[in-house]
Formats: sequence, C-alpha cells, structure tokens
Amino acid sequence: MKILVCMKQVPQKDAPLKLNESGTWIREDVSYEVNEPDAFALEEALRQKEKHGGEVVVITSGPARAQQVLREALAKGADRAIHLEDNAFVGLDALNTARAFASAIKDETFDLIFTGLQSDDYGYAQTGVVLAELLGWPHATIIMQIEKNDAGIRVKRELEAGYFQFVDMPLPAVLTIQSGINKLRYATLIGIKQAKNKPLRKVSMADVQSAVSENLQKIERMYVPQKTKNTEFLEGSAGEVAKKLVDKLRNEVRVL
Amino acid sequence: MPDTILVVVEQREGKLNRVSWETLAAGQALAAETGSTLEAAVAGNGVANFANEVAAKKVAKVHAVESPKLEPYTPDAFSAALKQFIESKQPKLVLMPHTYQVRDFIPKLATAMGRTAISDCIGYKKEGDKLLFTRQMFQGKLAADVSFASDSPWFVTFQNGAFRGDKVEAGTGVAPIETVNVQIGDGVIRNKPQEVFKEAKQAVDLTQAEIIVSVGRGIKEQKNIELAKQLAEALGGELAASRPICDSGWLPMDRQIGSSGQTVAPKLYLALGISGAIQHIVGMKGAKTIIAINKDSEAPIFEIADYAVVGNLFDIVPPLIEEVKKAKAGT
Repeated sequence: MKILVCMKQVPQKDAPLKLNESGTWIREDVSYEVNEPDAFALEEALRQKEKHGGEVVVITSGPARAQQVLREALAKGADRAIHLEDNAFVGLDALNTARAFASAIKDETFDLIFTGLQSDDYGYAQTGVVLAELLGWPHATIIMQIEKNDAGIRVKRELEAGYFQFVDMPLPAVLTIQSGINKLRYATLIGIKQAKNKPLRKVSMADVQSAVSENLQKIERMYVPQKTKNTEFLEGSAGEVAKKLVDKLRNEVRVL
Repeated sequence: MPDTILVVVEQREGKLNRVSWETLAAGQALAAETGSTLEAAVAGNGVANFANEVAAKKVAKVHAVESPKLEPYTPDAFSAALKQFIESKQPKLVLMPHTYQVRDFIPKLATAMGRTAISDCIGYKKEGDKLLFTRQMFQGKLAADVSFASDSPWFVTFQNGAFRGDKVEAGTGVAPIETVNVQIGDGVIRNKPQEVFKEAKQAVDLTQAEIIVSVGRGIKEQKNIELAKQLAEALGGELAASRPICDSGWLPMDRQIGSSGQTVAPKLYLALGISGAIQHIVGMKGAKTIIAINKDSEAPIFEIADYAVVGNLFDIVPPLIEEVKKAKAGT
C-alpha cells in the first residue's frame, strides 16, 4: 500500500505563547514539535507498510522550520517527503491547505491518506475530510484500527462516550487518526543517518497558487481568553499550600 | 425578506442528541439579535418524531429531511442529503452541534458546496453588521474571533456546553413541519458501517462519583499514578485520567474523562498535572468545584479552576495526603 501522511508542526504543548503585533496570530519565536495525532498517523502508516509492503510518504506545509517534522518522519522509516515551503502556508484555512496538498500530489497515486484527527493549533478537525472531498474519495474519521481486506479496508471509528463502530470502505480513502491507536516508535541512530539521504521534494507557493483562493474565513483577532471563573490562586510552601487546600475542602467545598 | 438561520439537530440511534438543544438555543439568540427567521432541520429515515419534538420549540418551521439511505449514518449520505436541502433552502447561516457525527460530515458538505465551516465555536459576537464566531485556539490557551470571508450559506458548529440547552424557548404553538424527500443516487454511499458497540462493560461509573482525583501528563510516569491513587483514597474519591494517560495504558480506558470518555459533574474535581485540552475540559467543566495543580501557570485548566496551585504536584500532593488524613481523623 502506498500511504501519504499529512503532518503539521505546532508549538510545543507547554510553550508560552505571545500574540503578534496585529493580534491575529502568535509570535513564531517559540519551540515547535509534531502535532501529536499526526505522530500516531505516521506510526500507523509505518505499521501498515511493514504488514503489506508499499511506501510511506510524508507531507507538510509551512516555513523552513517545518522540515524538522519531515526529517523526524524519515528517520522513523518514511520513504520520502514533500514540503510545501512558505510562511504563507501557515495562515491558510483548512480548505486552502487541503487544496494545496491536493495540488502538490496530483501526479501521484496513493491508496490511503492519513491525517491526525485535528491539530493542536487551529483545532479545526477539517483538513483530512476536506481533502477527501476534493479528491472524490471516501473518508472515515477518528480511527482506532485499520485492517486491510480483499475489498478494501475495515476501520474502527471511535464515537462519543465509549462507543465504537467498524466501517468497511473501498480504497483509495482518507482516514483521520486518533491519538493512542498504536505505540509510537523512536527513531534509531541508523534511521536518523539514513534520513539524510532520503528524497525530500520542495513545493513552493507559486507551484500550487492556481489551486488556492483567498481564505473563506478570517481570524479577525486573537486574544487570551477572558476568565469566566474567579480563580483563587493558593500560594506558599508545599506544606502551606496543602493546609490551605484542606481548609478549602473542609469549609468551602465541604467534602471533608 | 429576513435571512434564515437553519439549525440542524442531531438524531442518532433513535434519540435526539441533547446537545442539539444547545445549538437551538444559540440559533434562537442569534435569530433574535439579527432579526432573522429561525428554522430547524433533522435528517434521517423516519424522523417525524424528532421533528415533532423540535416543532414544540420557538422555531418558524421544521424540515424533516428524509431518505431510507440516511440510515445508518454515513458521511456520504448526510452530505448529499443536506447539500440538496440547503441548496434549495439557501439559509444565511447553518448551525450544528460539534459532535463526532457532525465533524465527520460537515467539512465534506461545506467543501461540496464551495463553502467553509467555522468549527468548534464557543460563542458568537455581533459587531455592527458583522458576525464573529469565537473559537479556542492552541488547545484553549488563546481564543480567536473568526468571520466569514465568503458567500453564504455559512456553516458553524458549536462546542458541547457552549450554550445552555435548558434555555431553549418553547414555542407559542406548534411549528409547521415540512417533509423533504431527498434523492440519494446509487453509488453515492461508499462506506458500509457496522453496528455501533461498546468495547466492554464500564467497570467504573465515574458519573456517580462525588469526588474525582484526575491525573494528566504531569504525572510523568506510570509508577507515580500511585500517588494520585493515595490522594483519591484519602479523600474517598475515584481516580480518573485525561486521554494520554489511558492511551499509554497507565489507567484503563473506563477511567478516562473527556469527549471520548466519560462526562462528569462531581462535587469536587481535583486535576493533577492536567493542562486542560478542550477534549478534556468538555468532560469535566460541569464539576461544582475544580481544583487544579499544575506547574505551567498558563495551563488552560486554570481558566476554569476555582482553586489553583501553580507548582510541582510531586511536592504538593504528599503533604496534601497527610493533611487530608489528619482532617478526616478529626485532629
């Protein structure tokens, strides 16, 4: 099976975020990491390849820094990478990101495309499904298991509140992968070495410009959310804080 | 003619998803503020009962979008059916709850219509003639006001808990119901869904717990779970966790709180090393009191905490266990 994995670089989970001057995005001088569900999507693609053979290709969009995500994926075992490299990709909405990806892979044939179920920055949870529609492919979301069979694949969808569902579907297809579908591997030293020689194709904004439009939605402003609760911060040494907490538990929360 | 706001309520497994009432409440408020007409729709196979239920609320009309091919749910059929209906209806704004089902088909539907969806919103603002939809960004650390820069229909989904479902206004009479039979051609539906099932009987029903001590990534290692367990035992509460902990197998899945786990509203929710990702927050924000201990002062969990401790949980929890034991012993 030939599998494309869409990956994204996002700010590290505990990175302190600051707004940019226009208050429409963050200042980009933060530490980045791979979007967590995308790491699970890559791992699943590598496992499928190990079972059924084929090729794993990783794709991302973003400035030069985003290449790190692809290098890590290549070190873990992906065969080659595609980098849509331009800072302008960061601001594209889900539809235009998907359009740019579709344009960048128009000369390729894949059996499956994986994305993480959503990104930790925008959190749209849309790009994978939009991409499926643009390609005219079926899709399934929030996937916890993938089995290949003669007719195509059987996937396990996670539903709300502990429910699941198996879905049979033909190939090619787009799947959005849930965190925890598998156990992530680490890159080996040999893998890291080999990654340097694996092909990485760069795609510029000009290459895909004809496929994208103005964004259909616009971030007018970004801000630190207003607190809806009056949070009381308890301070002091660990011992003092413990005493204060117990005082609250007894006199305010009344559970002691 | 005034613009139309259309709320698409969700039915699943023979039940109207309760979060639909929240979206309807949002629709009622938006319609009142913008002078729009509010209509509702429910899609499925034999949805008259649901349409009747919605028609008792303050809406101008309810559309029962019917096709035998809408059962069981598939994104192909729902997208095709709603596209036909919405294209003929041309509402300005289409609102849906941000459920797993809606997020499975709404990006496809919007794309098929050449439109966009602003997903997982927690509110809206009307500034002059402009409508802004507020969403959480960066896992709730920041918020953004987002506008549409394209033609209508505009698609919006609202997060579970964003509006009060019990604030839905009843109608003065029963709204008219219109049945819309949609045609879904052969070959449109490509997925074959099987029966919905539950993995295993839930051993623990956290929804009944008065006190919950919950752990997140900040617990660092599996062996440290013991510390949280001791605190839960001292308090007489249940132990729970955020998704990454259960994904790692450190606690069983039936102790997971959040959109993919259980939704709880205990008297006390004590969050240890939980940053407060949106998917976790929706499962516990109904708690009467929330205490959060986290080393990251910017963790979103503090936004909803009543009492907050910025610090290392490994320093604070051991003396806390001792103090709780002392208090319980009456000393």
